[in-house]
Amino acid sequence: MFFKDSYDVVVVGGGPSGSTAARYAARNGANVLLVEKRQEIGSPVRCGEGVSMEIFKHVDIRPDPSWFVNQVTGARIFGPSGKFILIDAKNAGDEVGAVIERDAFDKYLATEAARDGAEIATKTSVVSLLKDGGEISGVRVRRMGEESDISARLVIGADGFESQVARWAGFNTNLKTRDTTSNLQYRMTNLDLDPRFTDFYIGSAAPGGYVWIFPKSGEVANVGIGLLLSRIKGASEAKDYLDAFIEKDERFRDASIMETVSGGVSVSAPLDKVIADRIMLVGDAARMIDPLTGGGISNGVIAGKVCGEVAAGAVKEGDCSEEYLQRYEKGWRELLEEKLYRDYMAKEKLVTLDDEALDKLIEVMSEVPLENLSTKEILTAIRTKYPELVKEFEDLI
Amino acid sequence: MIELNDDKCMHCGACVGACPANAIYLNEVILDFNDDCTDCGLCVRACPVGALSLIRTRGLKVPAATA
Repeated sequence: MFFKDSYDVVVVGGGPSGSTAARYAARNGANVLLVEKRQEIGSPVRCGEGVSMEIFKHVDIRPDPSWFVNQVTGARIFGPSGKFILIDAKNAGDEVGAVIERDAFDKYLATEAARDGAEIATKTSVVSLLKDGGEISGVRVRRMGEESDISARLVIGADGFESQVARWAGFNTNLKTRDTTSNLQYRMTNLDLDPRFTDFYIGSAAPGGYVWIFPKSGEVANVGIGLLLSRIKGASEAKDYLDAFIEKDERFRDASIMETVSGGVSVSAPLDKVIADRIMLVGDAARMIDPLTGGGISNGVIAGKVCGEVAAGAVKEGDCSEEYLQRYEKGWRELLEEKLYRDYMAKEKLVTLDDEALDKLIEVMSEVPLENLSTKEILTAIRTKYPELVKEFEDLI
Repeated sequence: MIELNDDKCMHCGACVGACPANAIYLNEVILDFNDDCTDCGLCVRACPVGALSLIRTRGLKVPAATA
């Protein structure tokens, strides 16, 4: 027996959002199944593995040496000319974070979920939603070639960027090309880097996106690229741009690639609605990724906790209606929505800037005292020097 | 129609999430295309490694299957 035929809550997707939702639903008394289609939780990795320290404030997660491998002290953002600004952890606080091992991190979160009572089924694909008189009543799964039905009072879609649950349930998750990115990353070794910093390169080296270097140590780092789909004309551009970046940078001359990782990342505003009767969406599936950085772990975990708690409450009350689930909708938006929209607007502006404008931006930002490094202060400083760069953003200042 | 180069595919799902018709399903290492594909070619651009290509079939007659 790998799973029973009935649960209070079925969570689809064993990433950080799904595991956290399953954990908090189980911890608060619900009978929970976490379904993961892959044969191993956390593997293969599809992530840049940078995470903000925000999660430790909101969710009961303790840094474990198995996955918390490098806490950085700052982020350096390089303009096209090579000039950079340093965003220091002392000033920017939890925005600057750590580099983790996602495979171990995902297993850690799944273990926490299991400890709190959730059951986990791996190598089990959800192939459709069950409906009873138009109402969602569970999921149909396939495991080792056999299909079976699992009834659930509540289904949580945590199935990521390519969420099927969301689409099956009728949510419009279609992304505009300017809200979608194509990403490729190499885990490189035999490097000699300063492990104290995560590095970001903006401009024409990565149209509409950026190149990142996230060090796990001085020797090993994730070196990756994200390109905005609306800027991509043909096939294989993420790979071509990343290879070109690595080719012309001396630091990579003696490096080797240990792993290649790819994937899609949304850089959109969040969905207007992530709940309906008997269903909730969380994490990348709900488009909770930060549209400026492309980071999804923190937001997914923070929302996952709220999602799990509300799921348990709904089950306890015997009310899994959309009306009851508004508690989740309201709860996660209170924590995340303002920043998501602000960062979405910042991204929308940034992608319009050419190399010359980006260099001006870096130049001005390098002159703003670090302790004042808020969006408002930055925009004000830019307005003083290059008013044409922030014309459309007057209302934010 | 979309042609997949298995040698290049990373099974990452970038094409799945980018598809406006939900015509692609990724099951671990198997990429399935269904009949909803409109040949828009977005997946070809979204694929980070160039594993997909759009084969023009317009004007070509596909012979009916015979028993």
